[in-house]
Amino acid sequence: MPETVTAPSDAAVVAPLSLWRRAMNLLVTFAAGASVILVLLPLGAVFGYLVYKGIGSINWAFLTQIPKPVGEAGGGMANAIAGTAFLLLIASSLGVPIGIGAGIYLAEYGRNRFGNLIRFTADVLNGVPSIIVGIVAYGLVVLSQGHFSALAGGVALAIMMIPTITRTTEEMLLLVPNTVREAAYGLGVSQWRTALSITLRTATSGVITGVMLAFARVAGETAPLLFTAFGNQYWNWKINQPTAALSLQIFTYAISPFDEWHRQAWAGALILIVLIVLSVSAVRIAASHGMLKGSN
Amino acid sequence: MPGPQPVAKPEVVANSKSQAEPLIKAGNSHIADRAFYVAMLCCGLCVLALVGLIVYELITKSSLSWHAFGSRFFFRSEWDPVNEQFGAFPFVYGTIVSSILALLLAVPLAIGVAVFITEMCPRWLKGPLAFTTELLAAIPSVIYGLWAIFVLVPLLRTYLEPFLARYFGWTSGITHRFGFQGPFEGPPFGIGMLAAGIILAIMVVPIISSITREVMTAVPQQQREAVLALGATRWEMIRTGVLRNARAGILGGVILGLGRALGETMAVTMVIGNRPEIAASLFAPGYTMASVIANEFSEATGDVYLSALVEVGLALFIVTIIVNILAQFLVWTVTRGTPARSHA
Repeated sequence: MPETVTAPSDAAVVAPLSLWRRAMNLLVTFAAGASVILVLLPLGAVFGYLVYKGIGSINWAFLTQIPKPVGEAGGGMANAIAGTAFLLLIASSLGVPIGIGAGIYLAEYGRNRFGNLIRFTADVLNGVPSIIVGIVAYGLVVLSQGHFSALAGGVALAIMMIPTITRTTEEMLLLVPNTVREAAYGLGVSQWRTALSITLRTATSGVITGVMLAFARVAGETAPLLFTAFGNQYWNWKINQPTAALSLQIFTYAISPFDEWHRQAWAGALILIVLIVLSVSAVRIAASHGMLKGSN
Repeated sequence: MPGPQPVAKPEVVANSKSQAEPLIKAGNSHIADRAFYVAMLCCGLCVLALVGLIVYELITKSSLSWHAFGSRFFFRSEWDPVNEQFGAFPFVYGTIVSSILALLLAVPLAIGVAVFITEMCPRWLKGPLAFTTELLAAIPSVIYGLWAIFVLVPLLRTYLEPFLARYFGWTSGITHRFGFQGPFEGPPFGIGMLAAGIILAIMVVPIISSITREVMTAVPQQQREAVLALGATRWEMIRTGVLRNARAGILGGVILGLGRALGETMAVTMVIGNRPEIAASLFAPGYTMASVIANEFSEATGDVYLSALVEVGLALFIVTIIVNILAQFLVWTVTRGTPARSHA
């Protein structure tokens, strides 16, 4: 810690605060408060507009029908909502086991050089722009299959989930006191059984927090889906066919020239944000009432 | 985070088997342990393999363009898919300008927010404020884009840009002397570099302010008390006692925000105008590296075209990785000793 404070002369200590110093203090307090308001303003504006523009367009048809052709009123985003759920299912079933496994490795066996390397790579992976992940999933899945598919989109989202899950899982497992592990070993429980049924079990709520954070992060991702899942105007339940996604649909509708589509874009955005905010808040509540507190 | 001590190995149990009756059969637990270790190691290797795969994919898929244009690729401003002539300079320019503009707007605000939350605001307001600012980070990029198209852009077109042109238009007098367009010159489209910069700023504020908060909290409380005891005002205490000690970490947060801004795709694509032109005016449309990939990748015909887009991606990847590593190192230099010190 650098030595920043030099002892002032006696005069400085007893002298009354100069007007300048008091004014400066007030000014900065004011500026800091103002910046909070300036930052909260767009947040309020985004949510306000989402509700204001979106709520009127959400109706039964929007939630149950697929898009109508251009020019026809009505129709909905049911296939996109289902598509997002489908993509998230694929992504979670690929990303969650690998992420948790890597987290267990780091926490239980990773106190060495190799562990540090993996830790570092996970952080690197976390910083990779999502559009790059899309290119890689395209090269891996789309090129080898020959067409866009739900699988490609799922793989792209899984790649984005893994580093978040890995790091939070590790962090949560390290919070489990070592005495718990030792107690298990002392009873003759094997190492793998301890890791799964004792350590991971104890850290469950923390690990779930990590998974949900990763989930919320990829739920609204659009860039990696543009040339993997690609979008679809119809229902799709096949893993090797292009599929619609809420975020893709919002993007397509937002940049379209049709008022009807703009209206539906707002409605879709409202549904997406409600989904994300619900999962994030659920995680917050779970974390604060759980056995172990989440990292944030 | 205090790491666990080396874990006692279960061999102890196996050794004591001969004397006392074992509680459970330790027979094949060694094999199971080994298998579990290998399975977990594989998951760990997956992370390593993924990054390797990204690098491999980007390098092999961009080689065609690399061989055709070499390093000139990043300095040419021609982007002509029909004649297969590609240069990435307009995208590099657009990425850098929009990111820097975003940081100029976001950094003072983010630090202000962090200072307010950690040092000034009443205790009961701390949690909710921190949560709300972090909520900004949870909003998907495409929703920011949607909001920007229908709310921010019209605002810029009708109010902010005419205002800037009117009161700061004189700056073009200076730049014209050097042969450039002024920063606030030209018709106010709304869509363009300024819109991209503002929406990026809104998106990076939560990142910068949460890191700044983290490093400011890492500054020991005694430091604050010492400065206050010397008769400093609150601002003087924050400046000399807190900000100065946390500056490396704050810089790390700013760089992390830069990394996010450089790679941000959807919101920027929706408002920047997507024209591969280089204009000094902030009102003019531009293009960024991420948005050219987003817009053109799925309809790129021809191997050279695709390869050129992947090369743009490779450059973006390398830059963001370097930026992120640098940022993490800076944050680490401030927060490394924290847990130990906070016990005191």
